[in-house]
Amino acid sequence: MNFAVPTELETEIDELITHYPQKRSASLMALHALQGHFGWISREAIEWIAQKLELLPINIYELVTFYPMFRTNPVGKYQIKVCRTLSCALGGSYKLHEYLCQKLGLDSNAQSLQTTKDGKFSVEFVECLASCGTAPVMMCNDDFYEGVTAPKADEILTKCK
Amino acid sequence: MSAAAATTETKPSPPPVEKIRIKVDGREIEVPKLMPDWQGKLQPTTMLQACALAGVEVPHYCYHPKLPVAGNCRMCLVEFGLPLIGPDRKPVLNEDGTTKIAKQVLPYEPTTVRGAIACATPISTGMEIYPGSPATRQMRESVLEFLLINHPLDCPICDQAGECKLQEYSVDYGQSASRFVEAKVHKPKAVDLGPRIVLDDERCILCSRCVRFTKDIVGDDALGFVNRGSYSTLTHFPGKPFDNNYTLNTVDICPVGALTSKDFRFQMRVWFLKQTKSICTSCGTGCNIVIGSREEKIYRYEPRQNDAVNSCWMCDAGRLNYKWVGREDRLVKCGVRNPERGMKDASWVAALNEIADRLKKAPAGSVAIVASARQTNEELWLLSKLKAKLSATSDSVPRIGEGDKLLVNVDKNPNSYGARLTGVAADPMGSSLPKIADGIRGGGIKTLIVFGEDVTKHGIGAELLGKLETLIVSDILPSQTTELAHYLLPGCAHAEKRGTFTNIKGRVQKLMKAVEPRGDGRPEWEFLHDLVYNVTGQNGFVSIEGLFNQMVKEVPAFNGLTWAGLGDLGVAVRI
Repeated sequence: MNFAVPTELETEIDELITHYPQKRSASLMALHALQGHFGWISREAIEWIAQKLELLPINIYELVTFYPMFRTNPVGKYQIKVCRTLSCALGGSYKLHEYLCQKLGLDSNAQSLQTTKDGKFSVEFVECLASCGTAPVMMCNDDFYEGVTAPKADEILTKCK
Repeated sequence: MSAAAATTETKPSPPPVEKIRIKVDGREIEVPKLMPDWQGKLQPTTMLQACALAGVEVPHYCYHPKLPVAGNCRMCLVEFGLPLIGPDRKPVLNEDGTTKIAKQVLPYEPTTVRGAIACATPISTGMEIYPGSPATRQMRESVLEFLLINHPLDCPICDQAGECKLQEYSVDYGQSASRFVEAKVHKPKAVDLGPRIVLDDERCILCSRCVRFTKDIVGDDALGFVNRGSYSTLTHFPGKPFDNNYTLNTVDICPVGALTSKDFRFQMRVWFLKQTKSICTSCGTGCNIVIGSREEKIYRYEPRQNDAVNSCWMCDAGRLNYKWVGREDRLVKCGVRNPERGMKDASWVAALNEIADRLKKAPAGSVAIVASARQTNEELWLLSKLKAKLSATSDSVPRIGEGDKLLVNVDKNPNSYGARLTGVAADPMGSSLPKIADGIRGGGIKTLIVFGEDVTKHGIGAELLGKLETLIVSDILPSQTTELAHYLLPGCAHAEKRGTFTNIKGRVQKLMKAVEPRGDGRPEWEFLHDLVYNVTGQNGFVSIEGLFNQMVKEVPAFNGLTWAGLGDLGVAVRI
């Protein structure tokens, strides 16, 4: 697989590195930038960053596997994160998750990230999204939705083109 | 080679050592304020080092004296106390005038002891450490219980059993039954980490010794932990196997059975192995090793700590270079060539007497000796006596290969200095080999004595050997030279005899015998001694100790050494 980082992104990452006294400190920000562009962190991406930061790939690999929000496999265009911490769990987040999964043809019993066959949607549970008063809450990519009922979920899904 | 009197290690006179007084389990001791860390740099003395000086071992997994301190296993937690300081910033005294000690407790839970990890906590004046207290014991029990939560407890099939820190500390601090009723986390088994290492991730306690070793000692940052929490897993980057020349050291330092050697895996229970202190003979460094053998078979080499030579490490190539000792085609019979019937088995006495007769009759200068810098000092010295008596030309074969910055030396002969100091090798080594070849070609040299080398590969070809009247060869494995020998004397591998080697830095170190020689094979020094006695008429000692002590009187560089004085770690001489 050919892995090429566009010049603009590389310039952005080069600039990020200058923010830190040590190149290694920029690891997380560089990973975020790459994931922002590609959607996930491939093995080639890890090797690319490691080379950029004068590290060995294993150093970056450790980070990528440590943080669950770094994806090591391709994910859907729209990533739906349903909160399952206490308030949302009590407020119906499991029902919301089940509804979304059924609607999208996914396994509603699965807890971890799953992606639709067309690669459009990914659904997963996450921990607290910091809006306990308006449970259940979820995120669709960077957009935050509160008090998500079934009709509201439908509405969100239809907005995703 | 200028030779001076033998010396022990030359050390600059030590600077005055600042000491501080502490108490270990109530016993007052004085310890240096600074002690060497893993790199040998002076750093504040840690509790663990202080306890060791007091003769108390603090159990630990991740701490290793030759690796950076990580402090992650928590096994070395100890209860401790510090002098109580009053509001006037002066120590508070008890009624009897002694300093009042405040045992360290949790800030908001004064009945609970706050332990400190002994491996990373520096000591201070007046500190009291309680490695034997009930609270310390309780902390160790708890840490061990946690370490065993996801452990498979598969000791009966684990190679580490018998030399496993988990087992040992479980005996001391473990529970007889597990309280863990939840499901264990399963991790990868039998992971092929590299060409010589197999990893069992379920046994791993994540101490990171292997990660630190390969990063900080070898400089090949190949290993790391992936995932998180209970799922943390030791691994290498996909597609980049753990393959450097020092990988097998991680098997030694792994305190549990996670990293196993492919070579030793499932071969032998370690408690059956006889341990013999010896040295590695694969290059001029002379790493100190322990040979593990059972019933005359060698199963493994392990490095043995010697800070003047190899620290705690050895290279993989040297470690695995023992299999030839057990080869099926070893030379096992003394042979004398009969002009009509070819090579015939002979007894040692008959062969040596015949050789002695021939050598005694040989005119001065008609004999040449090709020794090997893989022979011991004693053997080379005996050859030098033959050389002197026969006015022989002698040399040994140089062997230069690739070295590295850590341990591997470019000199692939383990005893080049022995050959030089005894005067057997020419200067430079190997420069007389063409002269010997010319001598044979011209007919001046009629007798050639070859020890442990295949001279056909070093400029004295089969056609030249065919011109000789007498070819005396001693070797361990068959070669083209042994094929052509008139007298064939089966020798011993290094693990089958005793003797000394002089390493590339001039350190004289002992080889010890781990297994019996094959067939009729005899240590070269033994039959060389007989031969020298027969030829020169000079008597000598028939024990290796006596022979060594006689040699050191006659070889200037070795003056002052004694066999007993070499100890396990050897003694450096000036070269």
